[in-house]
Amino acid sequence: MTTETKIYEAKDFKSPQLVRWCPGCGDYGVLNSLHKAMSLMGIAPHRTAVISGIGCSSRLPYYMNTYGFHTIHGRGAAVATGVKVANPELSVWLSTGDGDCLAIGGNHFIHAVRRNIDINVLLMNNKIYGLTKGQYSPTSDRGFVSKSSPYGTVEDPFRPAELTIGARGRFFARTIDVDMKNSPEIMVAAAKHKGTSVIEVMLNCVIFNDGIYDGIVDKEWRAERTISLRHGEKMIFGANNDKGLIQDGFGIKAVTIGENGYTVDDILVHDAHQEDPSLHLKLALMDGSDLPVALGVIREVEAPAYATEMEKQIAEVQAKKPQRTLKEFLMTGEIWEVK
Amino acid sequence: MKQDVMVKEVEHVVIRFSGDSGDGMQLAGSIFSNLSAELGNEIITFPDYPAEIRAPHGTLSGVSGFQVHLGKRIYTPGDKADVLVAMNPAALKVNANFLKSDSVVIIDVDSFEKKDLEKANFTSENPFEELGLSPIQVIAAPITTLCKNAVDDQKQATRGRNVFALGLVCWLFNRPLGTAEHMLRAKFAKKPAVLDANLTILNAGYNYGSNIHASVSTYRIETLSAEKGFYTDVNGNKATAYGLIAAAEKSGLQLFLGSYPITPATDIMQELAARKDLGVKVMQAEDEIAGICSAIGASFAGCLAATSTSGPGLALKSEAIGLAVIAEIPLVIVDVQRSGPSTGMPTKSEQTDLMQALYGRNGESPAVVIAATSPTDCFDSAYWASKIALEHMTPVILLTDGYIANGSSAWKIPELADYPEIKPHYVTPDLQPGWTPYQRDEETKVRYWAVPGMEGFAHRIGGLEKDYNTSVISTDAANHELMTETRQAKIDKIAGKLPLQEIIGDEDADLIVIGWGGTYGHLCEAVEIIRKSGKKLAFTHFKYINPLPRNAGEILRKYKKAIVIEQNKGQFANHLRSKVHGFNPYQFNRVKGQPFIVARLVEEITKLMED
Repeated sequence: MTTETKIYEAKDFKSPQLVRWCPGCGDYGVLNSLHKAMSLMGIAPHRTAVISGIGCSSRLPYYMNTYGFHTIHGRGAAVATGVKVANPELSVWLSTGDGDCLAIGGNHFIHAVRRNIDINVLLMNNKIYGLTKGQYSPTSDRGFVSKSSPYGTVEDPFRPAELTIGARGRFFARTIDVDMKNSPEIMVAAAKHKGTSVIEVMLNCVIFNDGIYDGIVDKEWRAERTISLRHGEKMIFGANNDKGLIQDGFGIKAVTIGENGYTVDDILVHDAHQEDPSLHLKLALMDGSDLPVALGVIREVEAPAYATEMEKQIAEVQAKKPQRTLKEFLMTGEIWEVK
Repeated sequence: MKQDVMVKEVEHVVIRFSGDSGDGMQLAGSIFSNLSAELGNEIITFPDYPAEIRAPHGTLSGVSGFQVHLGKRIYTPGDKADVLVAMNPAALKVNANFLKSDSVVIIDVDSFEKKDLEKANFTSENPFEELGLSPIQVIAAPITTLCKNAVDDQKQATRGRNVFALGLVCWLFNRPLGTAEHMLRAKFAKKPAVLDANLTILNAGYNYGSNIHASVSTYRIETLSAEKGFYTDVNGNKATAYGLIAAAEKSGLQLFLGSYPITPATDIMQELAARKDLGVKVMQAEDEIAGICSAIGASFAGCLAATSTSGPGLALKSEAIGLAVIAEIPLVIVDVQRSGPSTGMPTKSEQTDLMQALYGRNGESPAVVIAATSPTDCFDSAYWASKIALEHMTPVILLTDGYIANGSSAWKIPELADYPEIKPHYVTPDLQPGWTPYQRDEETKVRYWAVPGMEGFAHRIGGLEKDYNTSVISTDAANHELMTETRQAKIDKIAGKLPLQEIIGDEDADLIVIGWGGTYGHLCEAVEIIRKSGKKLAFTHFKYINPLPRNAGEILRKYKKAIVIEQNKGQFANHLRSKVHGFNPYQFNRVKGQPFIVARLVEEITKLMED
């Protein structure tokens, strides 16, 4: 690829199209963070492709000044896979939501993750179907009352981290829609990772599911109910940075440093690169009740990426076989000549 | 060879190898047909195998067959066999109706014991009599015993029964064993012990033939004077794969196939997956939908992209084809038709997906539909499907069927220089400033292709309706109608680029026979038989289904009577009725999952001529 020295600004990634999400929608935050993240990465808009399925989150490509493809419900991951395999040099993003990605598109999502296609998945999880006006989604909590579950749901939700790691996911991060400070950095980390990167965005739907994450993300208690993980750093949180996570038997426990004999030395150091996903999963499943919700890059493990592996295999076969045209190939088969 | 054996000189001959699905009949049949082709015969073959990989041994449902038609001027694998190899009673029973009255039947008597006969539901000990096949010539060879006597390894002996039969058939047709030996060497190159056993058994089979004093006739088949050049044997699925490769080579594009295994289309994916030497990218997707969607992504990213499937898979792909229609991207969808509906009869052939290909989508969703006419024509059809897709920015559905996909014939290795150029409809710098993605060539209505990576052409497309002028999302009523008409016009205008529809036979006849797709060979043969009898008959066979060639209406209206013959309940007849004003043909329809029987076609057409 060419060595591009041009420095990009967030505005270079903004399309002229009028943004048409509901006022106050969490999608605005993701869009702005993405513009910023792309400017930080320094990859030209014309070398970037943003693919989406159907839903509020899937309108995002129209607001990017990159190549973009707004496809059909649930199939964004499959289309993005084709884009990346066709041209591994492109930076490929998938903009999707909990319904698009985990219900109708669940199969494509897990297989993209399993194959380790080098795409960056922005999974905007508002636990509701917004564009169809308020039905429960596969991430809605058990008992959730919605237009299609007037008496509450009788099913358990998917937890995106569990699904990602269950599908052998190598990169999982989490952020908050309005967190413009940390989201761009997390997106850059996702983009740099060679393989499928999943970012779950805790996203608020102001119309149909307003305040779903308030108990976690409100300024009032965010410091106590979330923890920002950074590779190589102690897992410390709390308004006074006086709380930390320690391993407790098979589980994780939150403790206060200086109480009950716990010192800072007892606190776990985050290792996002650990291949064994057990602890990553435990961290990712912390839900804000007893343990803080984990934000930042929870898991980031290197593994061969599909599209480059395919190109490598082609090169290996070509190194052994001289034929390059159809005719040359056919002449190596069972042939006879009529003279 | 014994002097008392009569040698028949024939123009063409049909041989059917038949046995249990594990008996290796496909291998014996394909080696025999290839060596015959090498000796200068035209060949057309048709494998007929059960859906089960290994059905219960010796039963009727487990019979696997391979038919080959050799000779001069042949168009089909043949209605009925001159020679049948039946490795067990079930094979004899299944094929009893496909024997000519003076046919030769080779059986392995060792597998015609009482218990074998019972498995095939025979009630007496004389299966020939029970089937009413008494007058035919039978070579009742103790094949199993002879194989066991020929080699020490008893396991190889049992497995080599097919090769014994092959040797015997080689004797029957005066085929030197050298070529068969050469082919077995290639097949078992990595297993020298297996190879040795097979070579011994092959010779044992041949020698058995020349030593027996059976008074069967042997054959000498006329060879053809084919066009000079190099030939190979190709089936329709391989030819389809090669056609896609050829189009990629000619257009200078990367070929991408996204696909999911489905009978009888899987071989296309497998052939392309093996062609890494030619740089082909194949992704075996998680399902049919991902197959086409990954292809759509690859097309968006600048590849010649294709997906291959059969009827049920085409149904799953419908929504995505609609996306390719509205996003106006090049895409080739290969549907190897099989018997339906639903799972139907996966290994049996039909032409029943035509309406699905034409109309099986939501909204007004026009796409190009092409139907390949023979195994070798699959190459040309896949090439043309790719050319039209790339030059007109549209999905193209290529219909083949199980019959031509698995059937094979000799094929002259093509020179790509003889094929027309393929020029993808790319954006050009002069379109800037002000270019938008749905801007079109006003003559052809084709939009321009901008591929990610091209500077200055970043754009957004998708499944939502767009404004004709600005290419932004639009729900404007008049605009939607304009865009709908534009997408239709774009497809209709392709007719101008297609070859004119041709008449075969007597242009001044009263009756015209009309066919489409994979039935070409059978119709051709039937028409030739009737014309040889001195009657006047016209024939036209369609390959371009949507749009139809621009002279289609003019041709069809010229004749007093017309009959559309197809393997469905009248889908193409209805298509023609809807496209050619006032046209109302007779119909002959069969949906048996088997190729047409030429004799039956001759009968039907003749009856209509005399009415």
